[in-house]
Amino acid sequence: MRKPIDTVMVEQRATSFTRRSIKTESKQQGLRLALSMIDLTTLEGKDSPEKVRSLCHKAITPWECEIEPPLPSVAAVCVYPSLVQVAKRALEGSGVSVASVATGFPSGQYPLSVRLNDVVEAVKSGADEIDMVINRGAFLSGCMEEVADEIAQVRVACGNSHLKIILETGELETLENVRIASDLAIRAAASTGPINDGEVFIKTSTGKVSPAATMPVTLVMLEAIRDYYEETGVRIGMKPAGGIKTAKQALHYLVMVKETLGDDWLNSNLFRFGASSLTNDVLRQISKQQTGSYAATYDFSEA
Amino acid sequence: MSRLTIAKTYKMYIGGKFVRTESGRSIVVENTKGEIAAHTCHGSRKDFRSAVESASNAFTSWSGITGYLRGQILYRMAEMLEGRREEFAAAIQVTQKITPAKAKKEVDASVDCLVRFAGWTDKYQQVLGCSNAVAGDYYNFTVPQPQGVVAVIAPPAPSLLGLVALLGAPLCAGNTIVAVGSDLNPIPTAILGEICQTSDIPAGVINLITGKQSELFEHIASHRQVAGIYSAALSKKNRILIETGSADSVKRVRFNSFSDEDWYDGDKVASPWNIEPFVELKTIWHPSAC
Repeated sequence: MRKPIDTVMVEQRATSFTRRSIKTESKQQGLRLALSMIDLTTLEGKDSPEKVRSLCHKAITPWECEIEPPLPSVAAVCVYPSLVQVAKRALEGSGVSVASVATGFPSGQYPLSVRLNDVVEAVKSGADEIDMVINRGAFLSGCMEEVADEIAQVRVACGNSHLKIILETGELETLENVRIASDLAIRAAASTGPINDGEVFIKTSTGKVSPAATMPVTLVMLEAIRDYYEETGVRIGMKPAGGIKTAKQALHYLVMVKETLGDDWLNSNLFRFGASSLTNDVLRQISKQQTGSYAATYDFSEA
Repeated sequence: MSRLTIAKTYKMYIGGKFVRTESGRSIVVENTKGEIAAHTCHGSRKDFRSAVESASNAFTSWSGITGYLRGQILYRMAEMLEGRREEFAAAIQVTQKITPAKAKKEVDASVDCLVRFAGWTDKYQQVLGCSNAVAGDYYNFTVPQPQGVVAVIAPPAPSLLGLVALLGAPLCAGNTIVAVGSDLNPIPTAILGEICQTSDIPAGVINLITGKQSELFEHIASHRQVAGIYSAALSKKNRILIETGSADSVKRVRFNSFSDEDWYDGDKVASPWNIEPFVELKTIWHPSAC
């Protein structure tokens, strides 16, 4: 039987990760690692094909500069289903994946058939990864079976595409609920077949609800992943999204991942940041260490 | 029983908040008798950077409001300063052997200087801009616009007036300010933050750092987000250091040299020609009205 979540201790533990000193060489490594883990995201009503193409260019080459060793590309570009084809074409051969939100993102308040069709269409358009939202209404009403069943059906609809399950922790009220939802999501995904490393992620938020990703919430989810790994040997991925804006925050998260799950998770196959403005702050810190002078925000292209 | 007096903890003013330096360092300020008068923050380059972030975020709204409103806010700042004349006069005298009358005169001149800049907020455009003559049925205007974040390096003395006069010029045009206060007496800088906070100056528009100026020159000059630097009373060596560092990002750098009397001459310190270095002149074509 799992111990209940101790909110006070989780918050203290999460804060402790912000007190590590990461300087010079290890900072440079950490920044590059963070950059390679970003899911560069645009999820707005005003997104246009041209905006997505420009974002894809930034994803492949985050910063036009001569720097040794060359900067990594980001992990993926995350868009709405209708823009998946545009992103797919722009990213062809680059190694950057296309992620698509689906299942009636961000609310998920649509009939199941519509949500499943959303997934099928996104996969058909070429999405390598599907970011689904769970049915929070059902979860908070205690209909756990319904939530689990829907997740299982979505995973089947994904086929070979990877699945990220958004819990929308900002709407789950308590850390205990976050843990329950994490366990539920992982088990529901596993119920449809074996999971290879990186095939299933749990993700904090849509970015449309505040608070989005916080360190305590992420820690609780990382612990769920750790416990599942210890029990089954299966590695589930983690993606905090929303509210991570600075390179310093990103390094805090990396420390938390390392100290909770270990080095195995320190790569873009098992850990991602859902963010857009984070990219330029990471680049700004990298450029500071390279050039010695602190860059202006307008020195980097808009994400 | 005698009462234990409560000494004020002086903090810096960054992003609308009173903060301690992230470095945890402090400076002991000694009074003219060599006794410990106060501890002030010994700000670091990271404090400067975070101040630039705040100033940069505040720029869009501060430059976007009307000059008329900016003028009202600066005037309000003058009102607040006037209301605390005694406190500022006492602060000025902590490290400098000057008479109470002279210290009051400095506070009064600082208030007057703010009022002058309050007046310039909606008038500098007419003085620095112009309507250019063209051979056709249209208009051609040159209009000044604020640049962005301006760093102010205050002179050692006058510790209050020097700071106010230097930050007022770029501020009134709509720039946002990161000011590093006087090394000689950091206390007026530290309490000027309280004036800013009670005078409708939006958070981040004025940021005040105390510390050792010489430590920061290089970082101020090389920070690419800083659009301009305004200073007075710097040595030639430091001027060269700042100018060299500023070249890469093509900053506007303005060094003024005001004599002791000049500081009290409003026409000199609050001249529109001290605003001019911190505006960009934009020339636009406009179709004829009819």
